Amino acid sequence: MAETLKPGSGPLDYGNRLWLKILFVAIFIALYAPIATLIAFSFNTDKRGVVWRGFTWDNYEKAWNNVALQEALLNSLTIAFIATIIATIIGAMAALFLWRFRFPFKPAYEGVMALPIVIPEICMGVSLLLFFIYTGMMGWSVGMPWPLNLINIIIAHVAFCFPFVAVVVRSRLVGFNRQLEEASKDLGASEWQTFWNVILPFMMPGLVAGALLAFTLSLDDFVITFFTSGPETVTFPVKVYSLVRRGVSPEINAASTVLIVITVIATIIAMKLQAPQKTGEG
Amino acid sequence: MDSWRGNLRVFWTLFTPGTFWLLIFFIIPLAWMFGISFSEKTSITETEFTGTLANYIRSFDAIYLQIIWKSIWISVLATVFCLLLAYPIAFGICFVPVRWKPLLLLLVILPFWINLLIRTYALIAVFRSQGYLNLVLGWVGLGPFEMLYNDGAVIMGLVYVYMPFMVLPLYATIERLDRSYLEASLDLGGSQFQTFWKVTLPLTMPGIITGIILVFIPCLGSFLTPDMLGGANAIMIGNVIERQFKSANDWPFGSALSFLLMYVTFAALALRAYLAARSKGVDV
Repeated sequence: MAETLKPGSGPLDYGNRLWLKILFVAIFIALYAPIATLIAFSFNTDKRGVVWRGFTWDNYEKAWNNVALQEALLNSLTIAFIATIIATIIGAMAALFLWRFRFPFKPAYEGVMALPIVIPEICMGVSLLLFFIYTGMMGWSVGMPWPLNLINIIIAHVAFCFPFVAVVVRSRLVGFNRQLEEASKDLGASEWQTFWNVILPFMMPGLVAGALLAFTLSLDDFVITFFTSGPETVTFPVKVYSLVRRGVSPEINAASTVLIVITVIATIIAMKLQAPQKTGEG
Repeated sequence: MDSWRGNLRVFWTLFTPGTFWLLIFFIIPLAWMFGISFSEKTSITETEFTGTLANYIRSFDAIYLQIIWKSIWISVLATVFCLLLAYPIAFGICFVPVRWKPLLLLLVILPFWINLLIRTYALIAVFRSQGYLNLVLGWVGLGPFEMLYNDGAVIMGLVYVYMPFMVLPLYATIERLDRSYLEASLDLGGSQFQTFWKVTLPLTMPGIITGIILVFIPCLGSFLTPDMLGGANAIMIGNVIERQFKSANDWPFGSALSFLLMYVTFAALALRAYLAARSKGVDV
């Protein structure tokens, strides 16, 4: 076996095997073809959207002028924005105390904190629905002016986003050299000054990555929003869901493309920010 | 790590917000739902706690048992297909030149960030009877086939949606695999297949188990994919739960079903913890 070893043909150079390359290409095509066609056909002139008839921006214009879609997108962005801020603050605080302190029943506490990440979304959605109905928050929020009528959805989004933020921020904190903190305190800085000038700058990439994660999670969430939203408070995914039930249209493609672009940009920024920490900085 | 008693003010300041949110908007709603699952429905929006087990007993009626059973096998099949597709992908990524790895990993993860609803919607456009796939098949004189609104469509949708969950843990374990074991096996005369079957596969078992559980849990609890891709007869347990809250208005029964779903989830997680402990800390 392998008498004349060319570079890249050794027994462990699986990366150069033809079958693997073919499989890679096939799987990546399968993964991306549906999304690519969705984006491509958002520029199609054909109403039914099956055959390519020509390039146009009309669908974007139509989606943009669709008041219901506009409202839904505005709701989604507002919810994502507010929920991200709250979730990032709460998540960062949770990460800080889990990282810094030892306390009784800590493993149990961590287990409970991981629950919103692991339990099926539908269970969390219906339990919050029941909670909002029984506490009267469902009926109470309906009459509130915008954006206060989104409060139920924001609360629900914070509840499932902040444990994710905590995980991301905590993994960043693990690389922190605590001698810096001691040095800061030895030199007379208060607890708050140490936090603000030493720990917070170190946490920053983790915070931004966590915030972007929370933002995309909130913007993407369908199941939990579906159960916690009232008839007046429709978010973008919920709106698209009700449109899709009535059939496929290039207008939905256009609106979806906009959302895809927003999430992909947010994700790539988050990944870029998280990347250096893997190379063992700090 | 400091003791929490060391600095009480800082501890309580950091401890309170997260604990408050978790308690009020997560634990209490779940506890409430737990109570309702033992209640009886008295009117459309009212329930009364009676400690009854009727809702749980009803879950084991033939019709619901059948749906639970179907949810399980659909999830099992989707998980198996995910594993079969994801293993070569993860394995390949580990063995490509280093400069390609970040890009390939990004390509695997990126669809995961795109809205679940949009991805499912994109699949409808591909698979529907006047969809792109039938169009392409039409060129070679095949079809059109009915590919949507059946169990197969649900399985395909779940595989499509949850693949990244399988690739990542597999990648993490294969990447850490000591390649000298593979070389040793090949040097000692093992064939590539024997090396894979007797060395690579057992050594990457922790990643396989994690991947299986990470895919199986969301599949079992999925509601959107079967709702959009499955026909009237492709309902899964998530759809039954949704109906109890959105149209049938039987909250106690819906609550009981939700808790059954959660118990299965916990069982899967416990199984993973047990297997991870048994493989002597080779955790992923």
